Amino acid sequence: MLKINDLHASIDGKKILNGINLEVKAGEVHAIMGPNGSGKSTLASVLAGREDYEVTNGEVVFEGEELLELAPEERAAKGIFLAFQYPVEIPGVTTINFLKTAVNEIRKYNGEAPLDAAQFLKMVREKAKLVKMNDSLLKRALNEGFSGGEKKRNEIFQMAVLEPKLSILDETDSGLDIDALRIVAEGVNTLRSPDKSTIVVTHYQRLLDYIVPDYVHVLYKGRIVKSGTKELALELEEKGYDWIKAEVEAAHA
Amino acid sequence: MSTETIDLKSKLIADFRSQEKAVNGEAQSPFYQTRRQALARFEDLGFPTPKNEEWKYSNVRNLVGRDYNFSAPHTLTQEDLNRIAIPNVSGNILCFVNGKYEASLSTIVSPADRITILPMRQALEEKPDEVNAWFGKMADSQQEAFTALNTAFAGDGLYIHVPAGKTVEQPVMLYFITDTRTEDVASQPRNLFVVEERAEVKITESFLTLGEQHSLTNIVSEIHVGKEAHVEYYKVQNEGGTASHIGTTQVVMEDRSHFYSATVSLNGAFIRNNLNIALDGEYCETFMYGLYFPDGKQHIDNHTIADHRKPNSQSNELYKGVLRGKSTGVFNGKIFVRQDAQKTNAFQSCKNVVLSPEATMNTKPQLEIFADDVKCSHGTTTGQLDKEALFYLRSRGISKPEALSLLMFAFCEDVISQIRIEPIREYLEGIITQKLA
Ligand SMILES: Nc1ncnc2c1ncn2[C@@H]1O[C@H](COP(=O)(O)OP(=O)(O)O)[C@@H](O)[C@H]1O
Ligand SMILES: [Mg+2]
Repeated sequence: MLKINDLHASIDGKKILNGINLEVKAGEVHAIMGPNGSGKSTLASVLAGREDYEVTNGEVVFEGEELLELAPEERAAKGIFLAFQYPVEIPGVTTINFLKTAVNEIRKYNGEAPLDAAQFLKMVREKAKLVKMNDSLLKRALNEGFSGGEKKRNEIFQMAVLEPKLSILDETDSGLDIDALRIVAEGVNTLRSPDKSTIVVTHYQRLLDYIVPDYVHVLYKGRIVKSGTKELALELEEKGYDWIKAEVEAAHA
Repeated sequence: MSTETIDLKSKLIADFRSQEKAVNGEAQSPFYQTRRQALARFEDLGFPTPKNEEWKYSNVRNLVGRDYNFSAPHTLTQEDLNRIAIPNVSGNILCFVNGKYEASLSTIVSPADRITILPMRQALEEKPDEVNAWFGKMADSQQEAFTALNTAFAGDGLYIHVPAGKTVEQPVMLYFITDTRTEDVASQPRNLFVVEERAEVKITESFLTLGEQHSLTNIVSEIHVGKEAHVEYYKVQNEGGTASHIGTTQVVMEDRSHFYSATVSLNGAFIRNNLNIALDGEYCETFMYGLYFPDGKQHIDNHTIADHRKPNSQSNELYKGVLRGKSTGVFNGKIFVRQDAQKTNAFQSCKNVVLSPEATMNTKPQLEIFADDVKCSHGTTTGQLDKEALFYLRSRGISKPEALSLLMFAFCEDVISQIRIEPIREYLEGIITQKLA
């Protein structure tokens, strides 16, 4: 589904990603872990198409197509979804209106007729139930004045509505209490299917108790320095990142 | 096109003198005295130049260098009016074309015991004492050249009187239409709205143009808001690309009165709005909303004053602007808190989004506070579009133009939603949607 080859990216001339290689097949869940500042959000943003980053080398192929050529909205229409680490507050645009526009823009892109108001509302109600999203939040301005947990839940709700092929969850677990975490994880798990893939960015093992990954990768200084299965996450939980940092430094010495 | 410029000041002064010969007994009337004094002031002041601090960013040289017809005939029909008017507005419709009242295009529906609506000339004949009690007493012809000029030529415009305790349910809609289909046109409407104690009224001034020739409107409205009176006042500007507008609205509020206003400037070549509110009573409350949306080479300048003269009053101001093309915007918001005006609350905010690198916004909040126990805040922001927000929307599949229009519409809606007359709100939303498409 997704193949990243030797991806280098920088911002304001500062190199942040230094040769990422990663393959995600349909149905797989990959966890990306790593210390703060190692480039996890940068990778997620580059995949979603944030224009601030300059890709200096490498390629990303999504469903057989060169992804980096596409505008963010085209990537979304083709099935990429990023749950933001810091969802943006947008005053004056209600969540429901925003989602209706998004759903219908994607349908238009894919040559489908727009949903009418009734069809849309019915679908949205079902999805809201799935992530236990309060109806009243839907009528409020997008993320404005939402609590941290509400914002994260809203991200998963949007994911449920848009039904992407590849979801990238950027620290969706941070700032969530255990109940909220469970709801978010349940939402993700319900949406899991053999033709859908997920990349879970986190630096805690906690979320991975609920969303069990097929693979775990450690990102450090803009590179994937270690890959393994879910046991790697447990090991990181126990020992921290220092031993990995030491391994990387030793290899460079 | 003629590039020849004329000396409009001399021409107007000469016009006044020659008209004066025809004035007989009227010459001694207070109204005429006020006009004559104003002309003398205008003669001294002349048109402002950018050296005048209040006109620093708004250069009127080009617009006062044209030979306009100040009493241009027109061919505007009811069909023309229907085509350009704000749809579905019911109530009292008062139509002025090229500055002159058009009875045949106007309708008054509110009962006469609740409101008097008269063209200014007729009001001067029928109720000279009422008019003279207020005319020229509020607006400043001493320092403001355009106001002085307007006062000097006063005579066209509307007189509205709402007696004490009366509520006017039906809105009052004034259309000022400039028909420039055959020549360059200028007009100087002068309005006087007197709203007595405990009375309530909603007044809208709407400015539209037909035709491609140049026009200049120099309008002054004086509004007296009596004790405990409630006035809603909207100004809607959707003129053509060759229309210039200089407008002053001078409001004086008495104790416990409310003045609620919104000024929306969507189109016009050159716009200067002065909204001056004197809170001349205790426990007054005023709201000033504004939205401007210049594009191309348009220039929109809003100058506002909240002059707190007595204790315990509140002013709230929110102006927003979206600038595109090579347009320029100006916001100058003055808050005066006089020594007497303890316990004043005054809030001012001006937010701008500059969508094009060639557009410029100049903002200047100006607070002069002479009382010590007051709450005042002000803030202006001028920035580009929120890139984070744009990316967020695009990452959900919303195309860039659609995302831009969602964000900008929301930005404008903050002000538009404050307009309490639904057809006007819908009209403005429609135009904004079109502009964003
Ligand atoms: N907009 C930016 N401008 C400059 N540096 C940035 C920007 N965004 C991220 N960085 C830097 O890039 C590095 C990686 O950041 P990020 O991808 O957010 O890491 P992570 O998500 O792993 O914590 C950090 O050193 C961060 O300071
Ligand atoms: Mg991050």
